[in-house]
Amino acid sequence: MIDFPPGFILLFGAFLLPVVGRNVRSILILALPLVTLGLIWSLPNGSFVTLSMFDYQLVFVRSDPLSRLFTTIFSIMTFAGGLYALNQKSVLELVAVFVYAGSAIGAVLSGDLISLFIFWEIMALASTVVVLSVGSNLSYQVSMRYLLVHMFGGTILLVGVLAHILDSGSTAFTAMEPNSFGSILILVGFLINAAAPPLSAWLSDAYPEASYSGTVFLSAFTTKTAVYVLLRGFPGAEILIFIGIFMIFYGIIYALLENDIRRILAYSIVNQVGFMVTGIGIGTEMALNGVAAHAFTHIIYKALLLMSAGAVLYMTGKRKCTDLGGLFQSMPLTTVCGIVGALSISSFPLTSGFISKSMISQAAADETLIVTWFLLMAASAGVYLHAGIKFPWFVFFQKDSGLRPPDPPWNMKLAMIFFAGLCIGIGIWPEFLYAMLPYPVAYQPYTVPHVVNMLQLLLFSGFAFFLMLPLMQRTLTITLDFDWFYRRALPTVLQNMFTIIWQVDRRLRQEVKLRLTLCLTYIAAKNNRLSNLLSRNYPSGSMAMWVAVVLATYLFFSFVQ
Amino acid sequence: MTKTEEKHWLVRPKTVRWLRRGGLVLLALLVMADFYVHAHPSFQIDGTFGFYAWFGLVTCVAMVLFAKALGVFFKRKDTYYDND
Repeated sequence: MIDFPPGFILLFGAFLLPVVGRNVRSILILALPLVTLGLIWSLPNGSFVTLSMFDYQLVFVRSDPLSRLFTTIFSIMTFAGGLYALNQKSVLELVAVFVYAGSAIGAVLSGDLISLFIFWEIMALASTVVVLSVGSNLSYQVSMRYLLVHMFGGTILLVGVLAHILDSGSTAFTAMEPNSFGSILILVGFLINAAAPPLSAWLSDAYPEASYSGTVFLSAFTTKTAVYVLLRGFPGAEILIFIGIFMIFYGIIYALLENDIRRILAYSIVNQVGFMVTGIGIGTEMALNGVAAHAFTHIIYKALLLMSAGAVLYMTGKRKCTDLGGLFQSMPLTTVCGIVGALSISSFPLTSGFISKSMISQAAADETLIVTWFLLMAASAGVYLHAGIKFPWFVFFQKDSGLRPPDPPWNMKLAMIFFAGLCIGIGIWPEFLYAMLPYPVAYQPYTVPHVVNMLQLLLFSGFAFFLMLPLMQRTLTITLDFDWFYRRALPTVLQNMFTIIWQVDRRLRQEVKLRLTLCLTYIAAKNNRLSNLLSRNYPSGSMAMWVAVVLATYLFFSFVQ
Repeated sequence: MTKTEEKHWLVRPKTVRWLRRGGLVLLALLVMADFYVHAHPSFQIDGTFGFYAWFGLVTCVAMVLFAKALGVFFKRKDTYYDND
């Protein structure tokens, strides 16, 4: 049996990348994820690589269908993303990406809360470096904001983990109820990484500022690791239904108002994770299967969408709807792959989203969660509206921007073809994915009514899009989010507060100094008069001493200022 | 070459016209399909004629209008944070 966690291959392999030549680096980038994948599949079910730390047991590898499903897609993602990023000049980004992917795999395989926390924090640091590696002033500011939110979330998680261990006496990471101090904090820590409200703006703030390839990786690991730990730790926690529904509609509404194509896709990550969080809240086997399947398919089509957006950015340097349009003429392959990704995220029949998302809404129907079901249906229509049509329409069609960039280099094309193929392959043959899910699947997505219903829903939302096109025209605007509080409100309030504090301080000091001067003048004057009349009644030694005291106090206050 | 000849066939007015007609026919056919397809509704209303069609249309219009309304309050120039 192996005696190291599979994530270590990427985590430590990353540090080989800067020391080898370009060709060897390319081979490593493609080979390391595949080795990891092979290792993951060679592991039988069970717990391995345990370590005793003081009284506590660390389990670095817990291999079961659920962790295998997530680590499989993480490895495939690293492979395809690596292929896409082969011509990335920043080796720092590649190193950071591999550490990030390796720690994500490590976090998913962790069987205890302590090792989970360790990998969780490595992920936060590595993903910060992915954004930072762009090297611009903007990326520095963004990455620091990103790091602050994640350090805050990490601290909450750490306190939760410690409280939970003290409470239960065990480090094991198993299903919990959010009913104790520790478990509630753990839930909050997990939710911050899932981009749940109110701290969700970090995602749409940071991800679009990474490089053309960095964003592709970022979209996959942090939020989906959060989905995994929620799935593992809090299945059936009812509050997650409300949080998930909020995230779904937040993502749609903000994406509808957005002009930056990569930020549209970032908002739609929150939207898609919202579907998963809702499913975890429903908590039946059907729902949890649906969540796991949806996380798997989502990573593929979201990466595909960001790859096509990245290809546009790479070839044109532009990423605003208002600057783009008509690119289908010179970038046919990117257009087709982008459309495949857009159809998948909208869960069109014969694409991967169709066979995964419908399991979540079916689970809501099975549990007769009427309101949830209707909201999920409306949300499915909304996904088509904001990502399925809006993204390809404004980038590849609409008005002709006059830009005629060719398709990107071969490796980027190959990565997009690979993922587009997976989107359609999984959509046509869902049984392979279903066989990997944690619970047995007795669900048939392809029934005539289901296909007809979904087509009606989606095509009529498409119809709505074109009816409302005048209202959809993009403007050079952003939409304020919760981050306004810590980017604008809080700094302004603090600045004003300190200005007032300094002013009051200065006034007080001046007053005290004035009083002292008056005292001194008074004593000096009195002394003057007395010295004329009764000077012999006053010992001059005592007077000298009091003057010295007053002077010393005066001196002291002058120094303090 | 004239300007119309330079245009890609997909964006010529004639093609666009046909695409529009084809789309409308497709929408109509999909609604008609409800005559022949007998779903097993999970609740009451989702089994009624054309439910998914009008539900998709109405909710999308509602979401766009809601987003517009929200935009009135929360939209700012995209240079808003630039001086921070």
